Amino acid sequence: MEKSLNWPEFVITRLIQTSGYSAILFVALIFFFLLREGLPTLGEVESKSLFNIRWYPIESYFGILPLLTGSLIVTIGAGLIAVPFGIGTAIYISEIAPRWMREILKPLVELLGGLPSVVLGFLGILVLSPFLRVFLDLPTGLTAFTGSLLLGGIAVPTVVSVAEDALDAVPRAYREGAWALGATRWQTIWRVTLPAARSGVLTAIMLGLGRAIGETMTVMMVTGNAPVLAVKLGSLFSPVRTMTATIAAEMGEVASGSTHYHVLFFIGMVLFLISLGVNIAASSVVFRARKRAERILS
Amino acid sequence: MGGKISGQAPGCPYIGTGGGSGTGIASLINGTVDIANASRQIKGEEVDEAKSNGIEPVEHIISRDAIAVIVNPENPVNELTLQQISDIYSGKITNWSEVGGEDRPIVRLSRETNSGTHVYFLETVLRLSSKEDKTLFSMDTLLLPSSEGIIAEVRQNPNAIGYDGLGYVPDDLKMIAIAKEAGGAYVLPSIETVNDKTYAIARDLYMYTNGEPTGVVKEYLEWILSPEAQQIVEDLGFVPALTPSPSP
Repeated sequence: MEKSLNWPEFVITRLIQTSGYSAILFVALIFFFLLREGLPTLGEVESKSLFNIRWYPIESYFGILPLLTGSLIVTIGAGLIAVPFGIGTAIYISEIAPRWMREILKPLVELLGGLPSVVLGFLGILVLSPFLRVFLDLPTGLTAFTGSLLLGGIAVPTVVSVAEDALDAVPRAYREGAWALGATRWQTIWRVTLPAARSGVLTAIMLGLGRAIGETMTVMMVTGNAPVLAVKLGSLFSPVRTMTATIAAEMGEVASGSTHYHVLFFIGMVLFLISLGVNIAASSVVFRARKRAERILS
Repeated sequence: MGGKISGQAPGCPYIGTGGGSGTGIASLINGTVDIANASRQIKGEEVDEAKSNGIEPVEHIISRDAIAVIVNPENPVNELTLQQISDIYSGKITNWSEVGGEDRPIVRLSRETNSGTHVYFLETVLRLSSKEDKTLFSMDTLLLPSSEGIIAEVRQNPNAIGYDGLGYVPDDLKMIAIAKEAGGAYVLPSIETVNDKTYAIARDLYMYTNGEPTGVVKEYLEWILSPEAQQIVEDLGFVPALTPSPSP
């Protein structure tokens, strides 16, 4: 009797368990697929030419360095914009803004996060890039910086939303304790609330950066897609080609199984490994911070 | 060459998708489409691949097209030789003052490498139709994913030079008159100059089918080559395929 009552519970538990494991399974399968399609590159293209500075696949130039540096410079630029701006906004919403303001701001920021990136790309082409060309006196407005600005805009809602939740979760007693010790509002935010919410804020930054490096449509529309090695500071203000835009622009055209096809998957693999690295770095920092907190509390 | 020539033959459902010529031919090779539009001829390796998939590409020339070289109307440069355009795109010429313009940096715009127009421009202009010539686009050439991207940039940037099919060029951009060699006549692209072969950068446009067309595909291709459809071709700024070539 008891068993027959329990069977729905059994099924539901198994279902939930399966969906939990399936996330791991899918990531593993995707990575396996990337490896299978991408690794043949190493046999087909010499590593010397793979790390060359020219990308021109229709003539078999497969140097991925311009694409790698292009993605990095756009992402770093986006991070420099999104992190201070996003965390500042989160602090304002959670710590400073009056309640009515918070109730307007939070949904608005989240709405911004729902903007399709292709729409931002259009704005970039028609408004931002002509403006930047004239304002900064550049040869063209289709630059890494234009991409960084828009990607920063795309990443901000993610950063704000997650960081605000983390700040909000800090117990009120922490702040009251700080005030009782005579700390100003700024000291409380900077020395107490923000460090207490550190792991959540770090997650916010990583999610935001992840969003930026994986973003495709906007960068393809506004960065000019010129595969130039981007290592100088001035590269920020010239056209670059990112890894994502390269895959998106060229994948539809390649003959499957060709060297070009394998190289595109290889780029996908590199992109995957970069995100993995960023995530591992982030969780190890969070983990260390948690251990330290436990040590202090015990 | 996306959905531009998307007329409707009677009783023939037509669904067009975009992308470059490479995309169309790749879809034909994969067997997902009946007809692939292309602005370049199919490559030998693509034919081999199609055959290994059991697909026999058959070529149909459906119209002709000129590639116009376009600049911003504010740019005082009106004419260039093919050699000058080649040197601009290969990076030998980097300032408009070197070709009689203002002291401005040249911003080179091109279609993506999967575009038939890109390959055609590389072979005909950069390499001046020479097979041995291995000239490449300058590395800082902007590769834009669509015609619209090129037009938007040229429209607002007086430093820019771009190229596109004649049928795509709007009236508010300036087309460059091109001479085949130094000292030759500078010719603007138009239906007449494409047909009398005085304009240097013109090409055939193709549709590829799997085997000799049958059924609705056959009807469609017959309609495409009819005077009615070729009039549409002309209205869109392309050059009709039916126009009898001038007597040699």
